[in-house]
Amino acid sequence: MHDPSAERSTPPRESALRRSGGDRRHPTYVAFIVHRISGLLLALFLPLHFWALGQAITGEAALEGFLRWTDSGLFKFAEWGLVVLLALHLAGGLRVMALEFLGWRARQKDMIAISAGLAFAAGVFFLLNVG
Amino acid sequence: MKLWAVQRITAAFLGLAVLVHLVTIMLAVRGGLSAAEILARTRGAEVWFAFYVLFALCAGLHGAIGLRNIAGEWLGLRGKRVDAVWLTIGLLTAAFGIRAAWGLYDA
Repeated sequence: MHDPSAERSTPPRESALRRSGGDRRHPTYVAFIVHRISGLLLALFLPLHFWALGQAITGEAALEGFLRWTDSGLFKFAEWGLVVLLALHLAGGLRVMALEFLGWRARQKDMIAISAGLAFAAGVFFLLNVG
Repeated sequence: MKLWAVQRITAAFLGLAVLVHLVTIMLAVRGGLSAAEILARTRGAEVWFAFYVLFALCAGLHGAIGLRNIAGEWLGLRGKRVDAVWLTIGLLTAAFGIRAAWGLYDA
């Protein structure tokens, strides 16, 4: 049977979502949760990142020593994960700003697909370039 | 100023800054990370220093306000005093980032 709501291009209204207990399979909910989890992990990582860099960057030899210390497969994998998280959060954030500032409510699924594509591309570029 | 507005203003700057950061990462990791290569770009470079100071400030505040929003929604941690703690955490994080930026400039 044909379901017209399956072709809905804009997300359901928030009040409708609350009444139904939320539609957790909707792409906009998935985009929201990906944005939230990536942001949470990045926000927890940020103080460590800044602190470690501040400790390491006290001269060229000190920084070089720190970089060589992080020259292992495990660190490269973690760096790749952070690049993907950052790209995901950036792409998802651009979608939210387009929604809030520009009022781009149509074609949400396409915008989510573009966001996911940007993050995927960033992950692949990093892997192609990492030495 | 409302934290909601701070979150949007920092987001707008971070949208551009993170793009620059990602491109810089891709270029820096080509052929392996090297301190000489990084510092050749940043040492004595006022524009990069100003960029990283602003980047650290926006990222520190944006991360802390984001954590505040999540803690409010998921843990019920709310209130003016809680906000003041998050703001302090954000500014402290930014200060560590600015220390690192100074290292890049001054090393």
